[in-house]
Amino acid sequence: MTMRLIRNLFKPNMQRNSAVLAKERLQIIVSHERSQRSQRADFLPALQKELIDVIAKYVHIDAEQVKVALRQRDEFSSVLELNITLPEQNKENTTVAEEEFV
Amino acid sequence: MAKIIVVTSGKGGVGKTTTSAAFGTGLALRGHKTVIVDFDVGLRNLDLIMGCERRVVYDLVNVVNQEATVTQAMIKDKRVPNLYILPASQTRDKDALTKEGVERVLKELSQQFDYIICDSPAGIERGAQLAMYFADSAIVVTNPEVSSVRDSDRILGILASKSKRAEQGDTPIEEHLLVTRYSPERVERGEMLSLQDVQDILRVKLLGVIPESKSVLQASNAGVPVIMNDKSEAGIAYADVVARFLGEKRPHRFTQHKRKGLLQRLFKTRDEEEAAL
Repeated sequence: MTMRLIRNLFKPNMQRNSAVLAKERLQIIVSHERSQRSQRADFLPALQKELIDVIAKYVHIDAEQVKVALRQRDEFSSVLELNITLPEQNKENTTVAEEEFV
Repeated sequence: MAKIIVVTSGKGGVGKTTTSAAFGTGLALRGHKTVIVDFDVGLRNLDLIMGCERRVVYDLVNVVNQEATVTQAMIKDKRVPNLYILPASQTRDKDALTKEGVERVLKELSQQFDYIICDSPAGIERGAQLAMYFADSAIVVTNPEVSSVRDSDRILGILASKSKRAEQGDTPIEEHLLVTRYSPERVERGEMLSLQDVQDILRVKLLGVIPESKSVLQASNAGVPVIMNDKSEAGIAYADVVARFLGEKRPHRFTQHKRKGLLQRLFKTRDEEEAAL
């Protein structure tokens, strides 16, 4: 009884404001995961397939010779990168087209 | 046409089934014909929470596989008129449901009911995705705790991208936040995320707050939805949630800590100390 009374009086506030810590950690991880989600652009595989179909009309290429990637440049814009390798007369020409998404 | 409402959360054990049972019962108590569908194939529990576990004959998988009709599988609640339960299968594996099958069952239910409550399994796998796929409205159940909040954010992302409404470019699923197991006392002590914190992170409109309450366990022990206990804070809070969902304006209750006097604080009982841990 007495012990409990004393404990209640002098309870150390060690856990005080762990909620603030929780909020800070959540804000960081949630915003990170959200940006990854939006970056994961679901249209990329379809875009890659259609590009291959279009290019194949004019040049003979393999699926592996067309690479499509989307990367975050900064907080506000991402870069869509198309990398198409054309195998002409045993000589490789690389075309890199960059287009900005803001 | 019925309104389809999914009760979801990502994380397990936050109160999805408790909420589905209470919310569905609340809608029926207000005269809306309601069915609660358990999507947790392999781990059915809605029947226990609703107290009808001994009346299960057929289940959702039987209906999806056309081994039984919806009418045969549904269990009519004995306490509340207008309330039905469609239990999940206990024996099949979680891949027993198909999108086409679920769509057919929901379409059939739509013709007879005002509201269809889909009690989602935990996780973000097939079962959870099927439970939310056809939804018009979602109740995201969240505990004021880091892992639950993070998982709720994932679920919100899936609701916005992988539902039928999202895929077809319709108006998005209406999202509602329900914070459960809330302890205003611990929030005041700085030990628990506040309602404001959770809303700041998830940015979804708050439908309601269910305080941490002994009556939730007592209700599940007895197989009676907690909303039937109109003396308990959790029961009253769920009734408010239903009213708000139906468009009534009600202030949030049980969100502030009732301060105790100095003597009460010094002479804490053992129970209270344990509850505070």
